[in-house]
Amino acid sequence: MSIRLHEIGKHFGRTQALEPIDLDIAEGELVGLLGPSGSGKTTLLRIIAGLETADNVAGARILFGERDVTHLHVRDRRIGFVFQHYALFRHMTVFDNVAFGLTVMPRKSRPSSGEIRSRVHRLLEMVKLEHMAHRYPAQLSGGQQQRVSLARALALRPDVLLLDEPFGALDAKVRQELRRWLRHLHDELNFTSLFVTHDQEEALELSDRVVVMSNGRIEQIDTPDELYRHPANRFVFEFLGDVNHLEGTVRDGVLTCGDASLAVDLEDGPEELLLRPHELELAPSATQHAHLPVCVTAISPVGAEVRVELEADWLGEPWLATVSHADYERLHLTRGTRLYAIPRRWHRFPDERTQQTAPTPETVS
Amino acid sequence: MQRIGDGVAVRRLLIGAAVVLAALFLLLPLVAIFAQAFARGIDVFWANVTNHYTLAAIQLTLFIAVLTIPVCLVFGVALAWLVTRFRFPGRRILQTLIDIPFAVSPVVAGLVYLLLYGRTGWLGSWLDGHDIQLMFAWPGILLVTIFVTCPFVARELIPLMQAQGSREEEAAVTLGAPGWTIFRRVTLPNIRWALLYGVILTNARAVGEFGAVSVVSGAIRGQTNTLPLHLEQLYQDYNTVGAFASASLLALIALLTLVAKAGLEWRAARREVHP
Repeated sequence: MSIRLHEIGKHFGRTQALEPIDLDIAEGELVGLLGPSGSGKTTLLRIIAGLETADNVAGARILFGERDVTHLHVRDRRIGFVFQHYALFRHMTVFDNVAFGLTVMPRKSRPSSGEIRSRVHRLLEMVKLEHMAHRYPAQLSGGQQQRVSLARALALRPDVLLLDEPFGALDAKVRQELRRWLRHLHDELNFTSLFVTHDQEEALELSDRVVVMSNGRIEQIDTPDELYRHPANRFVFEFLGDVNHLEGTVRDGVLTCGDASLAVDLEDGPEELLLRPHELELAPSATQHAHLPVCVTAISPVGAEVRVELEADWLGEPWLATVSHADYERLHLTRGTRLYAIPRRWHRFPDERTQQTAPTPETVS
Repeated sequence: MQRIGDGVAVRRLLIGAAVVLAALFLLLPLVAIFAQAFARGIDVFWANVTNHYTLAAIQLTLFIAVLTIPVCLVFGVALAWLVTRFRFPGRRILQTLIDIPFAVSPVVAGLVYLLLYGRTGWLGSWLDGHDIQLMFAWPGILLVTIFVTCPFVARELIPLMQAQGSREEEAAVTLGAPGWTIFRRVTLPNIRWALLYGVILTNARAVGEFGAVSVVSGAIRGQTNTLPLHLEQLYQDYNTVGAFASASLLALIALLTLVAKAGLEWRAARREVHP
């Protein structure tokens, strides 16, 4: 079922948590709401669920398919909601948790207890927790609890599945696993899902489309690929990954900053360039175009690439570069090695140069 | 390395002091009550307990407690729900107001009720005009008992419900549960032990209340005398055995309360380990 929002805004007292927002989500789509804390993403999700009410303005509408649910109570919206901290009923067994939605249906429409039993068992099978049916939530791990909470949300076959930071409280490995599993489940059952996250990697990996939000505003809605390649503005660029800054003055096609210089094809004047860590190359000598002397201050060789922290007199904040393990060995990198950074690419958002203090992305702990 | 409090001398001194104080201030008086009650044999004790006036006092005390508990229960749950589940102006003030019955001396509470509802009081004169008598009758005793005991249930529930948050209730409502079902199947099971604990405390206080009740009851023997008031009257009449016989009944109720409370705490601790 598609979700359409029109002019949905929210004030808490006098502060505006959400500027009026329009958003269309197609049937069967898996969409991520990405933003730092306080960006309004959870508020938006809770408004769609009906747990929060939007500002009552004339044009405000929430449609599920053709159904106008703007003024419908949560319990009549037919949504599945997954909470960040699972919100399982602590005094009920796993089975009773999943069965809850079915057992509270009005007597006329409620399935028979045999039917409920078989449905719950099928759901538990789906989340691979049949053997845990008689456990209590406190006896399960975080990942298992979140799977129970998903099964519970899916028990009523909702039109729309809403997930609030579903993997936020889990450790990295379980998070990875559950992400893949959710993607798989989504493709199999084909419901429309919307999930909130502050983790850019999670949003980019899981979503068909990502809605990037900040300060109660939508900054960009795009596929992960487009988002990464063509960020609409500086905020999106900075939020989607690590960023190195290079500030200086351009004169005659050369940007200088202390004893560093870089050939650029820009007009004269002050300039700020943004560089991604993987767009930096490290070399023992400078080139004709780039003279950026740096010193290695920290090395983290864990993962597919080696992360190298670089400092220099002309740098305000240290830079981060990622190099392949092969380059790492070839260059004999150790702490204190002096070499040169050579940008393969750089980005600039000249219209927003005044916005120096863009919010920094949250790091995942 | 030595941890704090590991010194043998210090430990023995502290434990010894605690034991001596507990014996002196808690155990000894309790033993004395029963010793005095049975001082002239079990027959005299029994005669005093089954005395017409004593039985009437017991009856009234239990009657008041039985009426007080449901009122405090509903009031406490409603108040705790309101304070922990909603944000509204004056919420903090309300939370402070709950403590007034604890802060005010019960005698003062009794006097205020007398002032308001007595025959010449502000509301009392109107009630009198309609032939309704609250003071010096059981309704007055009930009113002040409710006043004195109403914070117990709410006080037990508020911290617990605050800690639990409203996520489970939100989850229930997204699953289509109606309000009453949510309360019955999600909220109530989560707070039931705290609720029961609150009821036990309410009961203990309702049965034992003296100050406020003594002001509004009029202490008419056989009619408006609760057990604590009756006890005091017997003592004033130099009927020591009678007074202590009544006292032993109150002490017995207190002991039962403590046992029930300990039982609940034991259960709660066990549920932490095996929910």
